[in-house]
Amino acid sequence: MINEFEILETMKMFSEQHLDIRTITMGISLFDCCASTPEESCQKIYDKILRCAGRLVEVGDAISKKYNVPIIHKRISVTPISIVAAASGAKDYTMFAKTLDRAAKECGVNFVGGFSALVQKGYTKSDEILINSIPEALASTDFVCSSINLASTRTGINMDAVRDMGRIIKLTAEATKDRDAIGCAKLVVFANAPEDNPFMAGAFLGPGEPECVINVGISGPGVVKHALETVKGEDLGVVAETIKKAAFKITRVGELVAREASERLGVPFGIIDLSLAPTPAVGDSVARLLEEFGLETCGTWGTTAALAMLNDAVKKGGTMASSFVGGLSGAFIPVSEDEGMIAAAKSGSLLLEKLEAMTCVCSVGLDMIAIPGDTPATTISGIIADEMALGTFNNKTTAVRLIPVPGKGVGDSVEFGGLLGMAPIMPVNTQSCSDFINRGGRIPAPIHSMRN
Amino acid sequence: MQQDKNTAVVSVLGKDRVGIIAGISNLLSEYNININDISQTILDDIFTMVMIVDLKDVVIEESDISDKLRELGDKLGVQITIQHTELFNKMHRI
Repeated sequence: MINEFEILETMKMFSEQHLDIRTITMGISLFDCCASTPEESCQKIYDKILRCAGRLVEVGDAISKKYNVPIIHKRISVTPISIVAAASGAKDYTMFAKTLDRAAKECGVNFVGGFSALVQKGYTKSDEILINSIPEALASTDFVCSSINLASTRTGINMDAVRDMGRIIKLTAEATKDRDAIGCAKLVVFANAPEDNPFMAGAFLGPGEPECVINVGISGPGVVKHALETVKGEDLGVVAETIKKAAFKITRVGELVAREASERLGVPFGIIDLSLAPTPAVGDSVARLLEEFGLETCGTWGTTAALAMLNDAVKKGGTMASSFVGGLSGAFIPVSEDEGMIAAAKSGSLLLEKLEAMTCVCSVGLDMIAIPGDTPATTISGIIADEMALGTFNNKTTAVRLIPVPGKGVGDSVEFGGLLGMAPIMPVNTQSCSDFINRGGRIPAPIHSMRN
Repeated sequence: MQQDKNTAVVSVLGKDRVGIIAGISNLLSEYNININDISQTILDDIFTMVMIVDLKDVVIEESDISDKLRELGDKLGVQITIQHTELFNKMHRI
């Protein structure tokens, strides 16, 4: 029996607390789109994406109306292009990015992820071509997202790639400087990248994934915050329990939508990514949720502990609600996309170093952080190296999405608009690490990688 | 309240006034949607009416009912939503 209280509670979650399905992401394998010329390969890619995802937006909208649940994004992730394009003989993969962009626009989705390479242990020739194509590819497309896996607990850290990506991030910023370096908002580097992640910019369909699959990412920091408002002053055990219950309900909505989308599209259901993904809207902030624990401003002492507990309780509630949980699953802490993080960064309470500590216990990493445009490439590589080390040695996913905004410095801010939000430029430690970065080579896998 | 696979919850939130139930039941009958149950209450100072309706013999696309009810809600000055019952079962029941 459903009672009025439950109905009202549910409606408020959607109308006042910003609960939504953040994304239905269709993963499409492009293995069968390899061809001996880039033109033929691109044609196959275009045709296949349209064949698989042509109805994705229509079905998403219909499900949204049936349950009156907002489904914010419909997106596509594909097999890493460095694998698909390898046989084509192309010397530059920008045309593959343009093909993905064209297909995404035709399908009506708003992002396509998979301009990617997995280089945790070393480069293939194709990986190198792809990485060098990134600045031009992201500057000449609107919806393509790129991700590079640089490290894993099993293999250690590819420091050559870490060095190169510092340079590529700078070049991407330069190539899109007329739009405040927005190219960098579509580029992320990972340690231990999940192969079924539905969230951008890091979504791609890993080599071990099926032909076509539906992965769903949920969100709802506002719902959890609202739940915590009802237990003010109670001890942290009560807080954990409250978060778990809220996470359970949120995840069930995701599971329902995922199963229905999978059935209507005739595509298997993959995973639910039970993340707390903020938006710049007031009331949809992870930082404000952390402050609800009893912190004056996000970034102060206690923030890491609160985030650790939040992340863990979300997973515990969510795993009970769905049998197939995957992707990133946890709390996201992007700066520009979170109203409370923006305020905390502006006030000086939230610094890059604190964010790094927070990434040890959140679901991803240093995300959507604007830094001065004159930050050297090697310093960016140094930030990446530290973040990769956290992921590799702590056996978790970490990522870096930094935006060195050309011509801007600390005190300025940058406006991307929409869900990408705005970000104050954050200060970066200016001491050099270039001799360390220029050593190159690999950081060996940690001892606890040897589990066999 | 009776719930099975083909039912949905129509909920109305807002200020009470003449003609809400009449308006909604007219619209529903037009599309051959039967009302299984109605209850109304005041929760948090908001007039709340909940209907469980049967979509078994419905003669309109699901997504269109949602639009029609929203339009009617705008006219009556209340918020009307229709959500498949499965949503509530999933969220509130293990």
